[in-house]
Amino acid sequence: MGFRKVAIVGAGITKFVRRAQETGPEMSYLASKTALDQAGLKLKDVEMITLGSAPDAFDGVHMKGEYLLSGAGGNNKPYIRNFVGGGTGVFAPIHGWMHVASGACDVCLVVCSEKMSSCHPHPQGAFLTIFDHTTEQPLKPTLIWIFALEMRRYMETYGLSKADIARVAVKNKNNALDHPSAQVAEAVTLDDVLNSEVLAEPVHRLDISPASDGAAAVVLASEEVAKRLTDKPVWIDGVGWNLDTAYWATKDLYYPRYVEKAARMAYEMAGITEPHKEIQVAEPYDPFDYKELHHMEGLLLCERGEAARLTAEGFTARTGNLPTCPSGGALGVGNPIAATGLMKVIEIFLQLREEAGKRQIPGKPRVGVAQAWGDLMQVGTVIVLRR
Amino acid sequence: MKIENVPMKGLSSEEYEKTLKIPWNPNLQYAWDNGIGIGKYLHALKEGKILASYCEKCNRIILPARAFCEMCWRPTDAYLPVQDTGIVNTFAICHVNWDASRLKPNEPRHIPAVIEIDGASPGQGILHLLGNVEPSKVKIGMKVKAVWKPAEERTGSITDILFFEPY
Ligand SMILES: [Zn+2]
Repeated sequence: MGFRKVAIVGAGITKFVRRAQETGPEMSYLASKTALDQAGLKLKDVEMITLGSAPDAFDGVHMKGEYLLSGAGGNNKPYIRNFVGGGTGVFAPIHGWMHVASGACDVCLVVCSEKMSSCHPHPQGAFLTIFDHTTEQPLKPTLIWIFALEMRRYMETYGLSKADIARVAVKNKNNALDHPSAQVAEAVTLDDVLNSEVLAEPVHRLDISPASDGAAAVVLASEEVAKRLTDKPVWIDGVGWNLDTAYWATKDLYYPRYVEKAARMAYEMAGITEPHKEIQVAEPYDPFDYKELHHMEGLLLCERGEAARLTAEGFTARTGNLPTCPSGGALGVGNPIAATGLMKVIEIFLQLREEAGKRQIPGKPRVGVAQAWGDLMQVGTVIVLRR
Repeated sequence: MKIENVPMKGLSSEEYEKTLKIPWNPNLQYAWDNGIGIGKYLHALKEGKILASYCEKCNRIILPARAFCEMCWRPTDAYLPVQDTGIVNTFAICHVNWDASRLKPNEPRHIPAVIEIDGASPGQGILHLLGNVEPSKVKIGMKVKAVWKPAEERTGSITDILFFEPY
């Protein structure tokens, strides 16, 4: 299609924590330095930088990209921030891919950083302004409402129980026990999730990922540079992104059409015609447990309404046919919004290199997909990686 | 540095309380223009009506009223009132306020719902609240009707509808 090949050659993540002592620029530095160290590069080798971060309202810092620039290594370099809400963490490497695939540069550093804890008592309050200021904000909505509304619609459409959904939280939080960056790895049981505090029925506290602080970074390189740097490049084989209307109450809440469209775009680029057979490991975005199921279906990894059954049967466990969120996902590792999506891309990168340590899935996977979602249930971002 | 040993510290609640923090309470005030389509929508609410737009090209009656159809990307052809009744597409029983603070046990739960309004095209819902109903009695598919503020108290706001109740 006229694009240059682009590889991921290095990755870094900070720990995901509650109330980090470090500032946003400090976290960005830690993730970026780790990624460059792993790639065997110095900052002077980086030609362009792209940064992802979610709303300015979390930090109370307007023009957050400019604020984070120093830690992300952006002084005096072509630097730009991108932002598509929760979809940012997978869009940032897509954005970096554009820089390298187009030939604009050979080495691009992609940094995602989020510090949610500056907004207190709870960053949830900052989400009020995501809703339409005239027709919705006067009703005092919280973001949890729309997730509860969507989750109930999904359960109703396919006849699913709370337990069918909660199994995702159990799987992911337990997977996170093996992730060195995890914030909330917990050996939780199904009963723990079902009996946790009710926030907005059907959503309970353990159905939700925590607010987090953290950063992640990857180094992208052109084919020639990648082959010089490593004998284990992981190729970005396909990218896709799609946005649906902000009139969210007029959409089919049980199915993320925009995720499917983004996935089809990425699969076509990657030459994937049967995703449920060809994809060997997946990191669907799971800020809520039902979202992993929603997104497995949107990613065409299974039939609509089938994801819960596959989860119950162990199909998506690390040892199953299609492991999903072997990292522990947003539910387990934590959810510093933009950094979470990039953490997922990094997990696929590590799995395909067989460097995921205790989290490594069996069978020498060759192809994986990572996905993120965000805004007013609007955006899907998808990336396909191949070893 | 390796991923396994990146130094990073999350503060405990006690440590967090002791840190020097600079609180900032922004006093930003916004005055939003209502625009053409939503302006008409709000004006209709003041008159006790729910206003939709009609797009001739996709033959949809869409909510809320808007000046253009985002599917066909062309101006809508007409504004027309729809019913103030509808069916519950989905709902939640919420124990949390917008700022994540918890409701007290004796406070009534918020019951937000997506309500598909009668007279609009299938699937055309709006966000609103349900009231005058036991949370345990709410069902998807339930028929509900708007409960309006008295005419003299309406201001041309979505809150001119107090809530929707079963009928
Ligand atoms: Zn139209």
